[in-house]
Formats: sequence, structure tokens, C-alpha cells
Amino acid sequence: MDVLDIARWQFGITTVYHFLMVPLTIGLGILVAVMHTMWVRTDKPEWLRMTRFWGRIYLINFVLGVATGLVQEFQFGLAWSAYSRFVGDVFGSLLALEALLAFFLESTFLGLWIFGWGRIPKKVHLATLWAAVIGSVVSAYFIIAANSWMQHPVGVVTDDATGRPEQVDFLAVLTNNTALAAFSHTVVAALMVAGAALVGIGLWHLRKRELADAPATDVAGRDGGDYGVWRRSVRLGGYVSVAAFLLTAVTGDIQGKLMYEQQPLKMSSAEALCETEAPAPFSIFAFGKLGSNECDDVHSWTVPYLLSYLAHGDFSTAVPGVNELQETYAAAYGATYPDDPSFGDKAGEPIDYTPLLAVTYWNFRLMIGMGSVSAAVGAYALWSTRRGRVPTNPVAVYGSLLAVGAPFVANAAGWIFTEMGRQPFVVYPNPDVPRADQVYFFTAQAVSPGVSAGEVLTSLVTLTALYGALAVVEAWLLVRFVRRGVTTGDGAPTPGHTPEGTPDDDLPGGRDQTDDVLSFAY
Amino acid sequence: MDLQTVWFVAVAVLWTGFLLLEGFDFGVAALLPVLGRRTQDRHLMLRSIGPLWDGNEVWLITAAGAVFAAFPGWYATWLPALYLPFVLLLVGLIIRAVAFEWRHSHHTDQWDTTWTHVITAGSLIAALGVGAALGATTLGLPIDADGNRVGGAFAGLGWAALLGAVAVLGFSLVHGAVFLALKTDGPVRLAARAFARRWAPVAALPLLLWALLVQLRSGTVATAVLLLVAALAVLVAWARIRVDREGQAFAAWAVVLLGSAATVFGAAYPVVVPSTIDPAFDVTVSHASVSDYTLTVMTWAAGVGLPVVLGYQAWTYWVFRKRLSAEPETSPEPVTA
Ligand code: HDD
Ligand code: HEM
Ligand code: HEM
Repeated sequence: MDVLDIARWQFGITTVYHFLMVPLTIGLGILVAVMHTMWVRTDKPEWLRMTRFWGRIYLINFVLGVATGLVQEFQFGLAWSAYSRFVGDVFGSLLALEALLAFFLESTFLGLWIFGWGRIPKKVHLATLWAAVIGSVVSAYFIIAANSWMQHPVGVVTDDATGRPEQVDFLAVLTNNTALAAFSHTVVAALMVAGAALVGIGLWHLRKRELADAPATDVAGRDGGDYGVWRRSVRLGGYVSVAAFLLTAVTGDIQGKLMYEQQPLKMSSAEALCETEAPAPFSIFAFGKLGSNECDDVHSWTVPYLLSYLAHGDFSTAVPGVNELQETYAAAYGATYPDDPSFGDKAGEPIDYTPLLAVTYWNFRLMIGMGSVSAAVGAYALWSTRRGRVPTNPVAVYGSLLAVGAPFVANAAGWIFTEMGRQPFVVYPNPDVPRADQVYFFTAQAVSPGVSAGEVLTSLVTLTALYGALAVVEAWLLVRFVRRGVTTGDGAPTPGHTPEGTPDDDLPGGRDQTDDVLSFAY
Repeated sequence: MDLQTVWFVAVAVLWTGFLLLEGFDFGVAALLPVLGRRTQDRHLMLRSIGPLWDGNEVWLITAAGAVFAAFPGWYATWLPALYLPFVLLLVGLIIRAVAFEWRHSHHTDQWDTTWTHVITAGSLIAALGVGAALGATTLGLPIDADGNRVGGAFAGLGWAALLGAVAVLGFSLVHGAVFLALKTDGPVRLAARAFARRWAPVAALPLLLWALLVQLRSGTVATAVLLLVAALAVLVAWARIRVDREGQAFAAWAVVLLGSAATVFGAAYPVVVPSTIDPAFDVTVSHASVSDYTLTVMTWAAGVGLPVVLGYQAWTYWVFRKRLSAEPETSPEPVTA
């Protein structure tokens, strides 16, 4: 493998890993803030206990998001320095603004929230959580604006002297239609992740306490009051899962229509549509040799007209096929890479403008499929807990618990589709701009020229091994914490004497005195 | 001042702010095995930085982001030239971050000790790594005319990087000790004071040497004065900690950093990455910068954003201003509900 391939693997692995934490942070952050708000408004102990239980999971996850996000900030320079030089005029400022306007907000106010229990007035304390959550959402907006600019570069002209894009319209970059669509889609997709967690874990606890014949107070984590916690969690999660899924479909549909205009090859690859068709059918299941990337070897079961609708909003418009587009692109951007050392091993080689068919095709289906699973589980949860019922069917309950992973997979699949679907470009030419003014950049020329394959391989192995180890500890901690559930002490605080106001280390005898479910602090 | 200079100053301020803030949490973490003999002392030390370290670390992210945003040519030369050292730095920061959180997620002595050690190790790696990176970018890297490294993976790790590493660690250790003396009570406070008394004069020497080298290469009268201020501040800090004036010692020790950093960045300007191969290959502010339009946009954003950030970070420090103690609290703080 050459530097390019290793660097791509590294970017893919580290970013997908980062994006396991990110949606949970965004989604759960919003829901915990809602819970905390409900507690402040109603004073019902269940809401406080929910805030504390889900808040703890939010925090355990948050830190790993921070730790992996650090790598993101540096790896554009480390492995992709040619890219960084090229896009510097636009891309860097979005990252810097993300840090300045979002990360400071997140990290500072989260610190205040964690350590502020009992130290700052109740409403101000609530506001600190909202500030942190707003920080996460703002951060998602900036990073997606950066990513969307790579998918659809706007607001720039080519600087004749350097050949690089020069920013001329920052507002255009911020209001890029691709960014607005992707941002709304990503935020609702993040809510699906949180919804699924509430449902899966809540149902499991409800069943467990039902079988343990609670309210028996001697069962760990059961005190009678926990019923309200789990029931509310399941109901909230169920509504969120279903509603957010509908919204992903709406926003995803908008993205599909933009994609049809901006990156038609991604769209037709996602459908394994070889020849231009009018009306175009939507493929349900492909067979044949999808892996060969030879489009004509692929056959699929299709639903007529549907793709025309997805792409264009009516049932008749032609959707261009892979074969035709490949030729259009070769004519516009060259059939071979320039014979220039900056293209490394690829110099002079023919350019394949079609992304890996199997990857785009299956990831698109995985995203929608896993999202549907999650929505179905959410609907089941609402139905099975109607009017105070508690589902005890082990298949359904354990299935829901397993399905906590579904929206994570959907998210990863969506990103892999998006990012690999734009190959061979790292900055995709914007078709709304005349050919002569277009800004684009091939992935093949993006890697750091001075860095050796050995170095990138070392970092790939190091980071992957480290991330693997972190995943094990993280999973162990989360499972342990989730199993234990909520305990009595999580409930009604007595003002003036809140156990959570005093970090547990403060208490005589050290940390073992208070139940550590309480310990938000050190 | 033209915009490029403004942003050079902004980048310098961000890196300095980062060292000033994260410096004390690096220092406290590195001193855990030295000053935290009893478990409750270690917990106390960790609690003193618990609410602050993450906010401090964002200064690093913002500083790196600002380098990318304002000077992509600097970012794209500096990072690949020190590829593996930067990766090591990231590993340090990662294990440190998770250890802070995980340490108190499970309660056994073994677990506690392990993650406390990881916090120390990660902080040491990170402090040395940041120092090495900054030392190299101000004192020199072996880069060619295209900004690519000449030589193998470790060619960037010369004496310059070593000096930077030791300088940042030395500064942070005493910074952390003075911070502890200021923030805590009981045995930790006494031990921290004693540490600062003993080490303050020595710990700043690498930092001053670094500034002196840049000064000798390309300094001005103004930067020479700043360096002198830094050197004097060492003596002031030492004198003040000897008479147990912790607040004043902390302020003076901060001046040591501010003066040295101002010297380093001020004297290095306009060069951002000096080449050890040939001065003609130096990367300068004007080579490396983005367009004036982008700089203008960012100036507006930072002009509005940074004061707000400083405001709420200051508020955090105020909320957690109370001196901490490992002994049982006699009167629990009143809670405003
Ligand atoms: C729970 C997660 C989830 C779910 C259920 C869906 N998506 Fe999605 N999708 C994502 C999570 C996601 C994502 C990971 O967040 C992506 C990657 C990039 C982006 O903007 O969002 C994405 C990208 C993405 C793109 C690519 C945009 C591009 O490459 O420019 C399209 C066309 C869709 N989605 C369409 C849909 C449709 C029609 C859905 C129907 C229900 C759908 N998505 C459900
Ligand atoms: C967080 C969700 C994201 C995921 C899961 C993701 C995933 C990926 C994957 C899998 C690749 C490798 C594609 C290949 O085979 O080349 C990749 C490449 C890349 N992505 Fe993303 N990406 C995400 C977001 C972003 C964002 C927000 C940006 C920009 C800010 C970005 C910038 C890049 C760059 C620069 C590359 C390297 C060039 C390339 O190989 O195409 N990605 N990403
Ligand atoms: C769509 C893609 C992304 C989104 C929505 C996103 C969002 C977030 C969020 C919400 C956090 C807070 C911590 C957490 O996750 O728990 C975070 C952390 C971080 N992310 Fe990402 N991120 C994305 C991809 C990236 C990429 C490509 C980069 C690279 C520049 C990046 C850089 C960072 C950094 C540096 C942090 C640590 C910030 C801190 O200390 O709070 N992220 N990101």
C-alpha cells in the first residue's frame, strides 16, 4: 500500500470512530437538557433521576468524543498537507471558528454543569447545560459547512497566481445549500441515536424490574421510583425515534435532490443505474458482480419510477447512468491523471470517476435500513408501553436493546456513502459554475508529499490499536453503569444538603461513602 | 499593522494562552506522584483542575485551528515535518482525557491508581510534545524549498525540539506547584510551596535559553527588554513564594511565560518555520497566509468571539475560586436553589 491508501484508511477509521461519539453527544445532549428543564419546571424527582442517569452516559461518551476529535483537528495537516495548502483559504477558517465559537462553549459550560450541582443557582445551572448543548450543535454546523464545501465548493474563485481557491463570499460558504441540508439531516440522525438508547435501555430495565417483582427495595437499582424513570425514558425515546426518522427521510430526500444536481455519479452509483433511464427505477436489491465495478455486470430488483422521484420530484425525468456520466466526466476533467509527481503513483494513470459501486450501493441501503429498524423499534416501544403496560417478551426487549446499535450503523454508513461516493475527488467540482472557473482537487494529489508510508502506517496502527483499547474500556464502563440503573439517592435532593453538591471525595471516608452513581464529580 | 501581522499576533496569543492555562494542569498532573502521597491528596489535586482542564485544552485546538485558518502554509509544513512526534503528542492527550473521566467511573484502588498514573503519563507526553513542536517551529526544522522535510521520520527532532520540550515541562511543573499552593489547603499546599521554592529558579532556565536563542538570531531591542522582564520575573516569583505570597508568585510566574513567549514570537516574526537547511527556505508569514478577505472575516469573528470566551472562562474560574481541602468540610457550602 502506498501513502495515499494508508492515509485514506487512517482518515476513514479515525473519523468514523469519532462519529460514533458525536451523534450520541449531540442527540443525548439535547434530550438530557430537556430532562433537566422538565425537572426545573416540574420538580418531579423522576426527571432529576433521568437527568443524572442519562447525563452520566452523555459525559462518559463526551470525553471520548473530545479525545478522538483532537486527532481530527491535526490530521488534515499531518497526512493531508497538500490538501490543507489547497483549501486553506476556506476550510481552515471554518475549523478555527468551530473551535472558537463552539468548542469553548461546550467544554467550559460542561465543566460548569458537572461541577456546578448545588454550587450555582438552579436556573443558571440549567442554562450551563443548554449552553454546552448549543455548543455541540454549532460545532456540527461548522464542521458540516467545511465538509459540504468539499462536496459543493461555493463562494470561491480560482486565484490565477497560485491555482488555489480564494474565498470571496463567506456568507455563501455558510449558507451552502449542501451544508444546510446535511446539517439538518445529521442533527435529526443524531436524535435517532439518542432515542434508540433511551428505548433499548429503558425497556430492558422495565422488564427486569417487572420480573424481579419490584418495587422490592432490596434489588440493586430498584426502589419503586425507578419505574417512572424507565417508563418516561422509553416514551420519550420512542417518540424521538419515530419523529426523527421521519425527519431524516424528509431531509435525506432534500439531500438526494441536491446530489442529483451536484454529484450525479454518486446518485447513480448508489442505485447501480448503468444506463440513463427515463423514468428511472429505484433499486431494492442488487445482485451480479457489484464488486467488479463493471456496472453492466449488475442486475437488480427495482421499483419503477421511484428514482426519478427521488432525484427530481416527478415520475418521468431521466436520471443519467454511470456509463454516460463516466464519459462526461472524463471529457471534462481528463481521462488520465496529469503526469505530475504531485499525483504520486497515480500520475498518468486513467481516472475512474465511478466510486466503488458496492460501497455506495450498500451503504446507502444500510443507512436507510438501519434507520427503519430503529423507527420500528421506537413504534413498538410506544405501543407496548401504552397505558402503563410493561413488555416482558424477551425477544422484543433484547431485540430493542440490540437495536441501540442500529442508528450508529446508519450514521456510519451514511458518512461512508457520502465520503467514498465523492471519489476520486476530495473537492468535488461544482457544476453550477462554468467549467473554466471550477475549483476541484483529486484525492490522489491530497496527501502530504514529505511523509513516508512507514510513518503513516505507524500512526494508523498506533491510533487503531489505541482506539480499539479505548472502545473496550468504554463499553465495559457503559455496560456496567447501565446495568446498575438508578438508585434511591438519585432522587429528590434536599436543598441545603445535596449529596451531589459535594463531590464525593469531599466526604469523610472518601468516595465509598456515597453511591457512585451520584458521582458526577471527582 | 496589516492583517497578517494581526493574525501572527493572534496565533502567538493563543499558543501562549494555551501554555499559561494548560501549563498548570499539565504541571499538577505531572506532580501527582511527587506531591500526592496520600490518596486523598491526589484526589484533591485532581479536583483542583477537574473543572478546568477541558476548557484549557480547547486553547490548543483553537491555536492549531488558527494556524490552519490564517497560515495554512505553516500548518502544512510544520505538522508533516514532525509527523510521528505529533502523533505521540495526540496519544498523550487522548489517554489523559479519557483517564480524567474514567478514573472516577469505577471505584477500586487499583483502578484509581492506574488511571491516575495514566493522567500523569499522558500529561508528561503532552507537555513534552507541545514543547518540542513549538521549539522546532521557532528554532528550526530541516525543510526544503517546498516546505517538505529533508531526512527521515525523526529528522525534525533535533536539539531545538528537545530544548522546547524541556522548557515547557520545566515551566509547567513550577506553574502547577504554585497553582496548587494557591488553590488548595493542607499538606498539599505545603508540599507544593516547598517544591516551588526549591525548583523555581532552575525550572525556568530552558525557557529563558530558548527565548535567548531566538533573540540572538533575529531579536529587536523590544524583544530584548521582554526577555529581561521574563528573567526578572523568575526572581520575583521565587522571592514571593519564599515568603508564601502565593498569589503574587503565581502572577510573577505567569509573567515569566508571557515575557519569554513574547520574545520568542516577537523575535521570530515574520518567520514561522525557519529552515535549518537554508534560510532561503524559511516559511514566512506572507508565504504562508490566506487571503486578506479570509483574514478580515476571521478578524471580525475573533473580535466578537474571543472577548465572550474570555468572559465566560473567567466566570468559571470565579465560580470555582474556593480553596480546596482534603480534610472533611466542617460547614457544607450553602446551596442556592
Ligand atoms: C440515523 C441515521 C440516518 C438515517 C436513518 C438516514 N440517514 Fe441519510 N445520512 C446520515 C444518516 C442517516 C448521515 C450519516 O448523517 C449522513 C452522512 C452525511 C450527511 O449529511 O448525513 C447521511 C447522508 C445522506 C445522503 C448523502 C448526501 C451526500 O452525499 O451529499 C443522502 C442522499 C441521504 N442521507 C438520504 C437519506 C434518506 C433518503 C433517508 C431515508 C430515510 C436517510 N438518509 C436516512
Ligand atoms: C464525521 C463524519 C465523517 C465520516 C464518517 C467521514 C468518513 C470518511 C471516510 C470513510 C473517508 C475515506 C474515503 C476514502 O476512501 O477516500 C473520508 C475521507 C475524507 N474526509 Fe470524511 N468523513 C466525515 C466527515 C468529514 C468532515 C466533516 C470532513 C471535513 C471537515 C471530512 C473530510 C475528509 C477528508 C479530507 C478525507 C480524505 C480524503 C479522501 O480520502 O477522500 N470528512 N472521510
Ligand atoms: C460531521 C462531522 C463532525 C461533527 C458533527 C463533529 C462534532 C463534534 C462534537 C459534537 C464534538 C464534541 C465532543 C464529542 O463528540 O463528544 C466534537 C469534538 C471534536 N471534533 Fe468533531 N465533529 C465532526 C467531525 C470532525 C472532524 C472532521 C474534525 C476535524 C477537524 C473534528 C474535530 C473535533 C475536535 C477537535 C473535537 C474536540 C473538541 C473539544 O475539546 O470539545 N470533528 N466534534
